[in-house]
Amino acid sequence: MSSRRSGGSRITEEEINELIGKLQSLLPESRRRSMGRASASKLLKEMCNYIKSLHREVDDLSDRLSALMSTMDRDSPQAEIIRNLLR
Amino acid sequence: MLALHFLRALVRINQTSDPSRCIVAQRSRRIKLAAYASIALAAGRRRAWSRAVLCSLHGRRACRVRALSRRRVSSGKKAKGVHPTEQREGGGQVGELRRLVPGGRSMELCTLLEEAGSYIQCLTAQVQLMNMIADSMSK
Repeated sequence: MSSRRSGGSRITEEEINELIGKLQSLLPESRRRSMGRASASKLLKEMCNYIKSLHREVDDLSDRLSALMSTMDRDSPQAEIIRNLLR
Repeated sequence: MLALHFLRALVRINQTSDPSRCIVAQRSRRIKLAAYASIALAAGRRRAWSRAVLCSLHGRRACRVRALSRRRVSSGKKAKGVHPTEQREGGGQVGELRRLVPGGRSMELCTLLEEAGSYIQCLTAQVQLMNMIADSMSK
């Protein structure tokens, strides 16, 4: 963001709309489509929902990775790949 | 960068967890913390949300001391936007976003939206990375 406002002056509607456009582009296509015409409140709601779903995905993937790691053999090809990547 | 941090953490977790004693849920929690640490490290300290994540992972007391000394040094710059009497909208969607974005409670609205955007980008990348790793481990 180029403009930094001083004291208590409010940001303009134009700046908000610009932000809305940029933030909307961060959401996946499926969510953008379901939003329809973007308004600030719809975008905020979608952003909140998306962040919550990302948190849930991190939780689920952590569980999945933990389960996979317990079955992963140290000498398996996958372990070798990871060791090579980290060299 | 993100992949490097996360893979290193995974290897460490794998090496330090005793399979006979370590419960899957415990390891899952460590993996989750490693995931958030990785995205914060990859984003660096220029983002408020990443600093907040690193703070909560490393302990609150150390961060309060650092934050106090930082505020004294940079009194003129961004501090104007964090005026204590400037009302932080606490209700509705903005309030919820503040709760979801690390460090969001003390941000002014414009900053909050920027930080949320950055946070979403990094979380998305992390999820993609974890999916890739899990898929390759399942083969």
